[in-house]
Amino acid sequence: MLTAFAILTDGLAYAAYLFMVAVGLTLIFGVMKILNVAHGSFYAFGAYGAAMAAGIYYDRGLPEAGGFLFMILLAMAIGLVLGLILERGVLRFVYGRDEVIVVLVTYAVFLILEDVIVFIWGPQSYAAYQPMVWAGNVEIGELVLSNYDILLVAISAGLALFAYWALKFTRYGRLLTVVIFDRETAAAFGINVTVVYTVTFIIGAMLGALGGAMMAPKISITLGIGVEVIVLAFAVVAVGGMGSIEGALVGALIVGICRAAAVHLMPQIELFVIYAVMALVLVFRPYGLFTRAQPRKI
Amino acid sequence: MLSRANLIGAVLFLAAGIIGFFLPPWLVSLLTIAFANALVVLGLIILWRAGLVPFGQALYYCSGAYTVALLARWAGVSDAFVLLIAGGLVAGIVAFLTGFLLARYREIFFAMLSLAMSMILYGVLVKTETLGSTDGFGVDPPHFLGYAPHGDALGFALYWFVLVVCAISALVIGVYFKSVAGALAVPIRDNEIRVEFLGISVTRLIHMKLVIAGTLAGVGGALAAMTIGHVDPNMSYWTTSGGFVFVTILAGAGSVAAAFVGSLVFEIVRSFAFAVLPGFWQMTLGIVLLLTILFLPEGLGSLATRFRRRKPDTKPVATS
Repeated sequence: MLTAFAILTDGLAYAAYLFMVAVGLTLIFGVMKILNVAHGSFYAFGAYGAAMAAGIYYDRGLPEAGGFLFMILLAMAIGLVLGLILERGVLRFVYGRDEVIVVLVTYAVFLILEDVIVFIWGPQSYAAYQPMVWAGNVEIGELVLSNYDILLVAISAGLALFAYWALKFTRYGRLLTVVIFDRETAAAFGINVTVVYTVTFIIGAMLGALGGAMMAPKISITLGIGVEVIVLAFAVVAVGGMGSIEGALVGALIVGICRAAAVHLMPQIELFVIYAVMALVLVFRPYGLFTRAQPRKI
Repeated sequence: MLSRANLIGAVLFLAAGIIGFFLPPWLVSLLTIAFANALVVLGLIILWRAGLVPFGQALYYCSGAYTVALLARWAGVSDAFVLLIAGGLVAGIVAFLTGFLLARYREIFFAMLSLAMSMILYGVLVKTETLGSTDGFGVDPPHFLGYAPHGDALGFALYWFVLVVCAISALVIGVYFKSVAGALAVPIRDNEIRVEFLGISVTRLIHMKLVIAGTLAGVGGALAAMTIGHVDPNMSYWTTSGGFVFVTILAGAGSVAAAFVGSLVFEIVRSFAFAVLPGFWQMTLGIVLLLTILFLPEGLGSLATRFRRRKPDTKPVATS
């Protein structure tokens, strides 16, 4: 019983993390049909930015609570700038090319950004543990839970609700849905698709950076943290269906719980299980759990 | 068979082999790796011609490499020819089995599923203590039909061995490209459904291409394992696959020769960037990739064809 509860809580915490990194990726894919490998870089930039912010903030002995907010704000600002530069500076030149070619363009960007990180922050690793310590722990029976994990789950759930509300009930969200459905028709009806693309990409980048900032207190921020995140986010998005927000949520929950179960019951298969789940889902639902079937064009 | 292109290819391979005697050992081993990886790229070109880009070709590369390493370690097999055939065979079988699934997918989904499969192998290898976990393990230097060289001689022997394997593969794949099955790649890429209307099973064709590409990747991995003398799970990580796709884009799908030129250019650029700009070699690679996609969408191979097309005569362009 204790194990089952531990699997559930660990799984939820891990799913919260997965959803946070996957939601930006799936948004960008849904609207722009770009599988963005550089999303891992957004995550890394967010984490480094948060660590930098923590360094600046906590050294001055300001009130503890504001530090976390400052970390998130700085990370998202970095995401905004990075997203704007990439979309306007690189990606708009390759719209209309093969989807796979655009993947490679983002892969090239990812390679470049990996070295930009070294250039800005150097090869040493950083930590931003302060919010985690500040949040403290809570004991439920024999199980010790970190309040920070609970916060993570709450923020992810909030993000999911917000995304749902923004897509269904705001003007921009409705426009976005139209563009997702049919780009050309949307343009014919006077929607400025170029602006929608830029804004979507920036939002996606900010979400990636937010994921990095949220995870920063839990991890050691070091070179190559973006590399692993990319494949994890891919797995989640592929399970849920690329371009679907509810898919990303369900995908994150499935992968999160499966991994937590593996960690507690059979640690040897921890890494294996994530991709096995992905392959298994793709065998039965080639386009993920939550995707519309596409008509074949002759 | 003995067309002009094949003759030129044979002369170039022979020249590459002879030049090897005048080069320092570090350069020879760099070229050996470049040629071994070129085989993987050759396989990717087969798929790329049909519009497929797998982000998990490292699965077969790694299978070939680990087959060699395990045979050498547990079965005591040390003959390079046996190891090579075993590596290619195991990777081919893996490709045949995964092919039943992969052949049904296209575009991004194909890329993602192949990625997932290579990551499964990575996950297994990282957690398997008996196979050295993340550190991998060493591979003993191979013998060549009883000839057991050491040091620099081993480097040259491996170099020649890799060159011969490459020459044979280039010849065979050149023939395949001209065969009906090979020539159908471009129609599949352009419009798959119409190819099916002609009464051809696209799935079966792609399955065959997957097996060929997988076998080539396995052979490349086997050669790389012998050359490096070490295997580790990173051979199956997605960045390895990304590197191969990178070279494929750099080379272009125009011809067999492109794979070898592309792979050589890639290794040279990488070593150069690593030596001159140690902190920025990834950035250099990224910029090269970006520039290639933006300005040379058909790859380096297209430079040759462009140059040839400028000449006034209109001889048919040889493609191997």
